[in-house]
Amino acid sequence: MSAPERTPSRARELAVLPPAREEELTARIAALEARLEAVEGARRPARDWSWVERVGLLLAWAALILVLGALRPEQMFAWNSYATMLGSNAMIVVLTLALMVPLVAGDFDLSVAATMGLASMLIAVLNVRLGLPLAPAIGVALLAGAAIGAVNAFFVLFFGIHSLIVTLGSGYFTAGLILWVSSSQTISGVSMGLVEAVILTRLLGVPLAFWYAAALTFALWYALQHTALGRRLLFVGRGREVARLSGVDVVRMRAGAFVVAGIVAALAGVLYTGMRGAADPSSALAFLLPAFAAAFLGSTAIYPGRFNAPGAFVAVFFLSTGVMGLTFLGVASFVQNLFYGGALILAVSLSQLLRGRRPMD
Amino acid sequence: MTPALEISGLSKRFGGAVALDGVSLDVRPGEVHGLLGSNGSGKSTLIKCLAGFHAPDGGAVRLHGEPAGPPLPRGAALAFVHQNLGLIPSLSAAENLSLSRIAADRGPRLDWRAVHARAADAFERLGLDLDPGAEVARLSPTERALLAIARADADLRDAGSAERPGVLVLDEPTPFLPREGVERLFALMRACAGRGASVVFVSHDIDEVRAITDRATVLRDGRLVATVETAATPHSRFVELIVGRTLQDHASTPRPTGEALVRVEGLRAPRLGPVSFEIGRGEILGLAGLIGSGFDDVPARLYGAAPGGSGRMIVGSDALDLARTTPAQALRRGVAYLPADRLAAAGVGSLPVAENVGLPVLDRLRGRLGLSTGRIEAHAARLGAAAGVVPNVPGLPLGALSGGNAQKALMAKWLQTRPRLVLLDEPTQGVDVGARQRIWEALGQAAEGGAAVLVASTDADQLAALCHRVLIFSGGRVRAEIAGDALTKDAVAEACFAPGAAA
Repeated sequence: MSAPERTPSRARELAVLPPAREEELTARIAALEARLEAVEGARRPARDWSWVERVGLLLAWAALILVLGALRPEQMFAWNSYATMLGSNAMIVVLTLALMVPLVAGDFDLSVAATMGLASMLIAVLNVRLGLPLAPAIGVALLAGAAIGAVNAFFVLFFGIHSLIVTLGSGYFTAGLILWVSSSQTISGVSMGLVEAVILTRLLGVPLAFWYAAALTFALWYALQHTALGRRLLFVGRGREVARLSGVDVVRMRAGAFVVAGIVAALAGVLYTGMRGAADPSSALAFLLPAFAAAFLGSTAIYPGRFNAPGAFVAVFFLSTGVMGLTFLGVASFVQNLFYGGALILAVSLSQLLRGRRPMD
Repeated sequence: MTPALEISGLSKRFGGAVALDGVSLDVRPGEVHGLLGSNGSGKSTLIKCLAGFHAPDGGAVRLHGEPAGPPLPRGAALAFVHQNLGLIPSLSAAENLSLSRIAADRGPRLDWRAVHARAADAFERLGLDLDPGAEVARLSPTERALLAIARADADLRDAGSAERPGVLVLDEPTPFLPREGVERLFALMRACAGRGASVVFVSHDIDEVRAITDRATVLRDGRLVATVETAATPHSRFVELIVGRTLQDHASTPRPTGEALVRVEGLRAPRLGPVSFEIGRGEILGLAGLIGSGFDDVPARLYGAAPGGSGRMIVGSDALDLARTTPAQALRRGVAYLPADRLAAAGVGSLPVAENVGLPVLDRLRGRLGLSTGRIEAHAARLGAAAGVVPNVPGLPLGALSGGNAQKALMAKWLQTRPRLVLLDEPTQGVDVGARQRIWEALGQAAEGGAAVLVASTDADQLAALCHRVLIFSGGRVRAEIAGDALTKDAVAEACFAPGAAA
């Protein structure tokens, strides 16, 4: 037999129609298709304004500096204020990045702040109380972060519990561990080596902590934007079933996201101890909300509609500029809470507007 | 005698398409009335017009002689049981039975004792062996269907009266029930009819309609073909009425005589199998059947997309154990699967077309500095142009495309991987005519390129136009095979309704 000669649709050769009629009909169909294409082409939305969306947060940051500067010029326009602010908020950037990894994969991790606190405390306990050198102490802290991530992943994925519940519990549990290992005491006197490497040494006038955070932001940006792994992680978060049916190992990706979150949160803890040369048992927990606010606010900028590292980076410093300005204005410290809490809700509302107010998944 | 339900001249158009064309029928009190027709015959449109989901363009509905909308007045003696049943799994049978009462209750407290008593009373009257306190999630599918019908009947008793016993509309309640479950359902329908209510039984299954109904109405292409006395109508007559006689279309091209590329052996899953078949290199094989016959389950099972199956599939020289296969393993062996649910399983609507299309080939798109949105979009634009995606703007979210164009893009997503076996579930559902043609052409090209293609579809027209061979399923098994000159739309439709008669 010769090669199967067939048009795919088998074309139902319209043998009953005279050829002239068939041609006429074919021409009419072609004309209609062309019109349809024209109509659908015209529906292409205008995308010319997207750059405003992308840099909106940067513009808002600039505006914030100008407004606060008009009120307190001698402090707001002093470089040293910014150098300090950039250094002391670096660990919030790292914490936000930790939180963002599971968020991209569609999971919440409420335990990151406690993980940061535990890592911070472990370094202090091991270094000060047990006299361990810094390197092994930091190693243990990072392992502890990875372990908390693994525990989160196990309960979320094996039992199928919502991540919000599991990490709420594991975060509280970890907060208890901090009190236990520290006997509820602040431990100071961590080796100066760490303080040197985090906050005392400056590059371009800004403490090294900032540059660590910037480097990690770059790394996460590259991983999410320019590797196949990052793009697949995005599908895991947006459409688990689609990802699974496209051959992505969804369970492994989600587990990995939790473990990475634990390790990066522990890194934030390293910076936190280094900033102060000490660790206290409770203050770390207060950074959960600023991190959430920054992650969501960041998702409205740079790559609007997606959790993204540069957006989160800008968002952290936008928010801390606001807090710094409020401090200069001499407002009571409760305003910080209003500011961060309000920013979180505002950021999520903004990103919902970007999504056309579809219910969040 | 006044009919319980009287529909006269009901019409509905969607854009230019006529879905219902002057349909008139009446249902007598105490009658079980069948409503039959193939997909697209206007059955569901008729039910949706009755339920007030669609506003008809013309015609009237009367219940016990009184005008009943549309829209349906509150408390009308008309109750529906839709295929999804509308039960809340976490609540008890009694709570579900009184759901409409509980929802409407404005009193300060709910009388739970009365809720239970009402359920116990309803179950006893209808002869149902159901525990009012049982959680619905723990009931069997049959018991859930019985509960939903009992609820509709209880609501009807509330709304109606002795003179107006009401009409119960059951929209395909049976396809997913086991044999004995269907029998229990029929007993319940008889009990409802016994107290004077009328039952409209919508079904695909001629045997079931013949077993339970007094009269039956057949729709085709939006028109009423006939209303017949069931007892006087043989099976073959029903098939004729449903399928009709269309212009004989052209004989098919012969099956390519390549060697078998894919062999499926002993595929089993709940309500499916054992099924074995082969697909040749370059062959497009269709699977068809009525809802619940199991054919639509086959593509997902062969891809390892659903747990709980077993069997073996051999693709070329690779063997896959279907009990353990995962989508990733199937993909590595050159199997691709395009599910019917376009924006929940096939693609992510909120992400750009480019990323959806690029997902399976990300590793190939890597440049010196890694992936970039530009490269992914350029790749998607090339594929989109070839597949005829309009508008071909890879940065648009997939959900912004029309159904047909989204499907063209998703088809391109998989065909670019040059799969050896392409599995499709309803590839042209909700797709316009132009896109349908493009999708068929794309599948034809894939087959000519040496792939084996498997298409599960309820669309007989599509199967006849696209496939070299069609397997007809019934009760989870292959009952007939249609190929060559015999493969026509009518033959496929007829075989679906009477799987034993064809072949």
